[in-house]
Amino acid sequence: MHIMEGYLPWQWCVFWYLVSAPFIIYGIYLLNKQVKERRETLSLLAVSGAFIFLLSSLKMPSPVVGSCSHPTGTGLSTVLFGPIITAVLSVIVLIFQALFMAHGGITTLGANVFSMGIAGPLLGYAVYRLGKAVNLNIFINVFLVTAVADLFTYVITSIELAAAFPAAHGGFMVSWMTFFAIYAVTQIPLAILEGVLIALVFKYIIQSRGDILVKLGVLTQEQVNKILGSFS
Amino acid sequence: MITAVLKKYRLEIIFVVFVVAFAALFLYEQNVQTQAHWEGSDDQGSAAIEATGYTPWIQPLWTPPSSEVESLLFSIQSGLGAFVIGYFFGFYRGKRETAKPE
Repeated sequence: MHIMEGYLPWQWCVFWYLVSAPFIIYGIYLLNKQVKERRETLSLLAVSGAFIFLLSSLKMPSPVVGSCSHPTGTGLSTVLFGPIITAVLSVIVLIFQALFMAHGGITTLGANVFSMGIAGPLLGYAVYRLGKAVNLNIFINVFLVTAVADLFTYVITSIELAAAFPAAHGGFMVSWMTFFAIYAVTQIPLAILEGVLIALVFKYIIQSRGDILVKLGVLTQEQVNKILGSFS
Repeated sequence: MITAVLKKYRLEIIFVVFVVAFAALFLYEQNVQTQAHWEGSDDQGSAAIEATGYTPWIQPLWTPPSSEVESLLFSIQSGLGAFVIGYFFGFYRGKRETAKPE
């Protein structure tokens, strides 16, 4: 889960704010452009944001580890709108949770936005493009993108904490192993389950708004027709 | 007949299999790992940070007074998300049904 309020030295808070800010500013510009020029995609944008809202509110037990965490829900938006717009959607959720639930924090917002909104979705998007290039089945691709975006979020969280709190003996690497075991390992079963869910949701999106997926360049009309045919 | 249904709902079936496997694994582990507390990874992480001798330099502006109130707020978050998702999928479906030739 997110880094809690006050649990990053202020220098690191400033650093992660500075790293995240350009993505968010560019993201707000892209989001405005998307809404103005492609009004028809607005409903899918709302649905993508709603999945981040819904999934990041579900604290689930992680069977193997014996602790709890929540999915990130950023996979769908990454596939449909790319990582930069996803970053803006994540900011909304993270501010909501920081203000009303004391979950995450305002000082740690920059770091949490970088892990959940930027780094996770960016790697997820790289996976998506790669999958597309090798003509991977779209549902397997969506599964991989979602699971990778989720898991990588917490790999980054553990790196952020290890950088801020290097171990007295062994430094960054020793500290990273500690935080990796806590944040990233907990996340593995959740990331897999989230990937399977979003792959299923993607079927409903193809069935409902295949036309918009074609406009967004996610699928071609022939692919949409073929997929629809395979489910009838 | 059955193969047609299996083909049509293959993704739903895969999802249900994964959910059941997840739940079964959790129930099994709950019995095996008697020392596990199932607390949040953020609580564990914060504890690991405090173990280095660090004290948080700022407190949240507002903290839910109890876990009941906190779970209410998380439920509201889920509810809002689910409402928007249900609204648009219902809207899409209605549109599809009306567009169907008689």
